Amino acid sequence: MKAATADRVKSRRLPGVDGVWVAIGADSVIFAILFLTFMQDRLKDPALFEASRHTLNMNFGGIDTLILLTSSWSVALAIQAIKRDLVDRVPRYVLGAALTGLLFMVSKSIEYFQKFAEGLTPATNAFYMWYFTLTGIHLLHVVFGTSLLTYVWINSRRGTYTSSNRVVPECVASYWHLVDLLWIVIFPLLYLMKAA
Amino acid sequence: MSVLRERITMVWLGLVVLTCVTTWGLSKDLFSPAVAVVGIFLIAAVKARFVILDFMELAHAPIPVRVAFEAWPVVVSAINLGFWFATP
Repeated sequence: MKAATADRVKSRRLPGVDGVWVAIGADSVIFAILFLTFMQDRLKDPALFEASRHTLNMNFGGIDTLILLTSSWSVALAIQAIKRDLVDRVPRYVLGAALTGLLFMVSKSIEYFQKFAEGLTPATNAFYMWYFTLTGIHLLHVVFGTSLLTYVWINSRRGTYTSSNRVVPECVASYWHLVDLLWIVIFPLLYLMKAA
Repeated sequence: MSVLRERITMVWLGLVVLTCVTTWGLSKDLFSPAVAVVGIFLIAAVKARFVILDFMELAHAPIPVRVAFEAWPVVVSAINLGFWFATP
């Protein structure tokens, strides 16, 4: 009985290395604090936040969410393929994830350019300060993650990653899922949350 | 390995459907703001949980780590909804 329990405990593992999970956990906490501070600011002037929210295009936010979910799925498929030593399939899945990451950057750039063309900047009001801060920090995560995915894609084309050598892709995949996770909250917070 | 039969593919499809429901359904004026906002954040929490357990593979993580990460969408949703209801 004790041996079975010990085996179950032993079989539980974190993908990648523990240090990556410390970073992911810390990042998640920082974003939770940012969300809390955003809501505190919104409490001071809900009418301004609501009026500004209406100037955002929720279609952009929704499509961005679909892009990141698809990207995360592609990375998850890559990790499954690595675990099963289907190494020839890995590059296409990782490339799919990197390209969708790139697509997110293009989408966000179009959205930013539209806002700037309308004269909306971080200095416009408190809502827009938060809009550019939250989406901007998140976009930096996307840029960093896409760079890491590109690195994994280059190595995967050489057949570097196998079931016994998968720490690097697992670390990158875990980080990339965090990027997805954060956007799942940022999107409704900025684009969808109506006033009471 | 048929991609269509994979659990993560089903999860991805579910996440896509939930995103469409919140973006192009609940956000419309068909619902009262309270119903829409509670629905949107509860769905966001469910989506986050799927990402944590299935994509991040934390369903098989050591229990304390899994609990800590599963708590994140709960705490974040509680903060967002708590402040939303407190806002005049």
